[in-house]
Order: sequence, then C-alpha cells, then structure tokens
Amino acid sequence: MEKLVKLISKCIPVRQKNVDTDQIMPARFLISVSKTGYGENLFRDWRYDESGNENPDSLFNKEEYKNREIIVAGDNFGCGSSREHAVWGLVQYGIRVVISSMFADIFKKNSLKNGLLLVQVTPDELQRIFSIIEADPDAEITVDLANQNVVMPDGSEIEFEIDPFRKQTIMEGQDDTAFIMANEDKIVEYESRFNK
Amino acid sequence: MAKNIYEKIWDKHVVFQEEGAPPVIYIDLHLLHEVTSPQAFDGLRQRGIKVRRPDRTFATVDHVISTINQSCPLKDPIAQAMVVAIEANAKEFGIKYFGLDSGKQGIVHIIGPELGLTQPGKTIVIGDSHTSTHGALGALAFGIGTSEVEQVLATQCLFQKKSPTMNINITGKLEKGVTAKDLILYIINQIGAGGGTGHVIEYTGDAIENTNMAGRMTICNMTIEAGARSGIIAPDEVTFEYLKGREYAPKGEDWLEAVAEWKELRSDPDATYDKTIEVDASTITPWVTYGNSLDMSVSVDGQIPTVEGFSDDGDKQKMESAIEYMNLKPGQKVKDIEIQNVFIGSCTNGRIEDIRDAAKVIEGKKVASHVKAKVVPGSQQIKRMAEKEGLDKIFVEAGFEWREAGCSSCLNMNPDNIPAGEYCVSTSNRNFKGRQGKGSRTLLASPITAAASAIEGRVADPRKYI
Ligand code: SF4
Repeated sequence: MEKLVKLISKCIPVRQKNVDTDQIMPARFLISVSKTGYGENLFRDWRYDESGNENPDSLFNKEEYKNREIIVAGDNFGCGSSREHAVWGLVQYGIRVVISSMFADIFKKNSLKNGLLLVQVTPDELQRIFSIIEADPDAEITVDLANQNVVMPDGSEIEFEIDPFRKQTIMEGQDDTAFIMANEDKIVEYESRFNK
Repeated sequence: MAKNIYEKIWDKHVVFQEEGAPPVIYIDLHLLHEVTSPQAFDGLRQRGIKVRRPDRTFATVDHVISTINQSCPLKDPIAQAMVVAIEANAKEFGIKYFGLDSGKQGIVHIIGPELGLTQPGKTIVIGDSHTSTHGALGALAFGIGTSEVEQVLATQCLFQKKSPTMNINITGKLEKGVTAKDLILYIINQIGAGGGTGHVIEYTGDAIENTNMAGRMTICNMTIEAGARSGIIAPDEVTFEYLKGREYAPKGEDWLEAVAEWKELRSDPDATYDKTIEVDASTITPWVTYGNSLDMSVSVDGQIPTVEGFSDDGDKQKMESAIEYMNLKPGQKVKDIEIQNVFIGSCTNGRIEDIRDAAKVIEGKKVASHVKAKVVPGSQQIKRMAEKEGLDKIFVEAGFEWREAGCSSCLNMNPDNIPAGEYCVSTSNRNFKGRQGKGSRTLLASPITAAASAIEGRVADPRKYI
C-alpha cells in the first residue's frame, strides 16, 4: 500500500445516492482465486452494456477522467452487501480517496482495512464540491491527511475527522496486516511468554 | 475478579493494543478451505511473505466438491480452480493439507474436532461463519473474512474487538425424539435471528451437561444464526472423553497437564454476563423452520402463522415474502407440506451420531417414492466409520443415496443443489432464499425429523419412530 499524506487530483463525480457494493463490484466478479484484477471490473455494469459494449457516457470510460484518484460520491456510498471486493476494486482501479456526506458502515470498515481514505463532509459541503468540479471538470482539489482538510481550487478549506490510529496507518501506507507485521517483536515476545 | 470462560481465554490471548486501535489477539489454530483462502494466499505472494506459523495452520476442501465422485474435475471452472489452488497453496506454503486422497478430508468444522486439533482454551479462526462450532469444546472460535485470513496467515494475529457476552442457561430434560438441533432452533425462535448480535454466547445448565459432543457442536454451530459472534461451552468430562486419543490431542504427561489446565477454563461461579437467558428444555418439541430467516420456525405439529399474527410491520413483510417464496398457506399444518428432497449432512448434523440416529428411524422402512433423499457424511472418517457399522446399507436399502464427504446441499456452490420450487427437509443451518439452489425451499430440522419426513414424503414428527 502506498503512503498517503497529501494528494492533489482531479475528481470523478458520482452524483447518485445509495451506490451499493453490487454496482461498485457486481457479484459475478467475486468468485475468483486471485486478489488482483478487480480494478478492471469496477462499476462494470455502468461502463459496459450486457453484450460488453462500452458505454460512451460513463465518466469512467472517458479518456480525460482516467487516472483520477478521487471520487466525489452521493450520500450513503457503499451500502448493500459487505463484500470487501468493492474496496479492492476501487483501490486497484487507482482510487485513493472517496469524498461523500455519508458512507455505509461496513464499507467504511473495509475501506480502512485496505487503506482507502474516506473523507466525510457535511451535505452542504458535498454540494459545494460537486458544483465546483462540475463547473470545471479539471478542477484539482487537495486532500491533506496530515492537516485533515480538503483544499478547494479557490483556497478554501473543508475540515474532516479521522480516527487517529487510522490516520497514522494510512499516512504510513500500512493496511491492518502490515501494521501488525510491523509489531513482530511483540508477537515474538508473546509467543515465548506463553510458550507458543 | 470473577471471569467467565470467554474472558479467561481472551485475557490469555491479547498480544498488544495500540492506542485508538482494537486489540491484537493471538490465534492458536487457523483452518482453511478452498473458497475463502485463495485470495489470502495471493495477498501473501504480493507482499512477498511466508505463512508465519504453518504448524498452526491446516487446510481441507469441502464447499465446492462433488459428493458423488470426489475426485472428478468440476464442471464449474472457478470451483475447479479453487480445488487446485488450495492444494498448490498448501504445498507452496508448507501447510498440512487434508485433501481428497488423505482419508481425513471433510467439512472443516467437522474435521477440526475429529482430528483433535480443536481443543479447549484455544483461539480458532476460519474464513467461514460456522466456525462457532468449535466452541463446543471450550475454544474461542469465530469466522473471519478473506483479508483477515491473510492477516492471520501473515502474522498469526488478528485485530479483534472484545465482544459482549451472553449466558443461555438451559435446564430440564429434552423429551425423547427431541434433539440438540430442535433445542437451538427453538432458542433462535425465542431470541430472534438478531437476538445474539455481536455476542459470545456461553451455554450452561444441566441440559447442556447431559448433551454429547455432537449435540453441543450442533448448538454452537447454529449460534451464529442468532447473530452471535460465537458460542462456547465449558469443557468437562464429556469433552475430555471425546478428545482423548485423537490424532492431534496431547498424549501421556502432556494430556494430564492439558486436562488440568482445561478444567480451569470453566466460568467462575460469580462470573457475570451482559445478558442472561433461561431456557426450559423439557417443554420443547421437534422444531422445523418454514420461512427464510432462522427465527421463522414452529413445532413440527404446529401451523404456519398468519400474517395478522405479527404486530411489527417488518415481521409482517418478512412473513408475506416467506409465504410467497415458500409457497405456503397461513394456517396450513406443517405436516401437510409435501416434500421432494431430504438432505442429512452438513457441519450442523453430518456427524456419526446424527447418522446413527437417522439410521435407527429409517431401518427397515422405505423413502417415499416421490422423495430424493441423501446422506452426506461430514468427513471421510465418518463415512468409513458408518460403513463399518453397516449404516450405509440401511440407508441405501431404504432408498437413500449414500454420498462422499462435503458441504453438499447445504449451499448452492456445488453440483448438489436443490431444484427450484422443490422443498427440502434439511439438517443444515440456513434457510435463506436460494441457499440450497435458486428457488429452492428449505425446511430445517433435526436428522431424525428429516429421516421421518423421508419415509412419509411430507414433514413428519419423528417421535412416533423412536
Ligand atoms: S456445511 Fe454448510 S454451513 Fe457448514 S461449512 Fe459447509 S457450507 Fe458452510
């Protein structure tokens, strides 16, 4: 996992509310023996029709929207089934941050575990961000995790909350497993103390 | 301070806790199956690391295999890839694999106890919801997700919040023909499918003490269907008797030492719980689910409730939807439901004791002509044991199919699915829509109720066969 301290990127607006995990990663892509390859199926059914033709209207198919690292999403993003693959898909597609006014609970947990930063703002702030990035699709915004704020192109700032432990692991580029691995000495000590 | 068994095990397993983070606990035993492990191994390869403690990690294959001919390649290419992957991963990472030709393969929750890997006081995780089964031996056991499987493979540790606790104290004697399965179905009916949410439930009381290991495993297995994190039962002489001499159980001096230690696990007399529930076992009757949630169940001699009988709007809606999906009539007698399938097996009721009990009911009788019935032993060892006792012949003569070990019709992930629109009296643990196959209609019951139903071709009361 890459470190994330400060990120400057153009955004992909996803205005819909209640985007569920089945839209993010359709169920038929869950059964696999590999942990990679999810990025290409992100929002699969938005991007392609049933016969596999590209939908030219989907922002995810537009050249100028590729390589953007921030999604700005409507309320209750990530609701529905608890599948972690939805987060894998976002991360593997290259998304580092999702900004919304509300995230579904399990999606939030899964995101944190996998180092995807979720920035929760108020509904008014979200609308402001939408209007800015829709007026100028090339507007760049800055997500500054160290200072816990989002800096808009006009220099205005929106603050956000994050659990200090999660802030630390994301800034250091550690997912949960990497964090525990970094504490190997404590595991060794435990094993010798309890004779394991 | 007085502690319950969960707190005793927990306190011995906290490795460290970072401020603001959940505790990191040590995992004594990690079992793997083919569905939830491949991506975890893939994760290890991406990190370029090994399995930290292959000696605490064991693998088998159970969910996707065929139970007609275990070794035939599967039609579904993804299922086949999973079977190939677990064997290859076990080899690559130096993990003991109980494969199809090992003679010890079986449903992961069956073989853990059977091999003596599951022991009191251990922390046990598996990438599978029904890991709670292992709690029957006094272990702290719960299911985890794929990224946590990777975490345990990598570190032998797990981020884990401490759970609230619940005590269900069960007194009184179960009537003849009423089993541990009926007891747990009844309890879930009483407390609701969300009645245990997030809790570790400890079962106590003379009804539990008088239940054998197989029954205790059935109870702990289904505990998660009440939303609980885990179920646990303090180890006693029944547990020790069960474990003694098993392949991975301690031997000689070590055995004596282990038993002395295990005896300490019992909850202190003045231990407390966040919730306590009392159950009287003596009034319980054979129990059957009729709907698509675990609390939608009635006595085998009862009736399908009416929608109006529920006061809560959510319950009404649930009932309406179940009546439609299950094609039932409110007020209809459960015994009037004509069935097409019977499945005896799964990690809930695929043990030798379950098969013996069902065989007693079926002996000398015939399966109704319109019913397809099968027995699927939970493990290869159980299958051999049953065959040695001649149980397979009893079933085959009655018209049952006698299958190889696997999860089989418990879930729609292998060739044994139940056809759409058909009823199945099943000894498994979930009755959700589509669980046993698209459009399939599940009626959960005990092995003897399933056997009696096979004979009568409709849901039947097993008591008259006992
Ligand atoms: S028998 Fe059913 S519940 Fe048990 S492990 Fe297999 S699929 Fe899961």
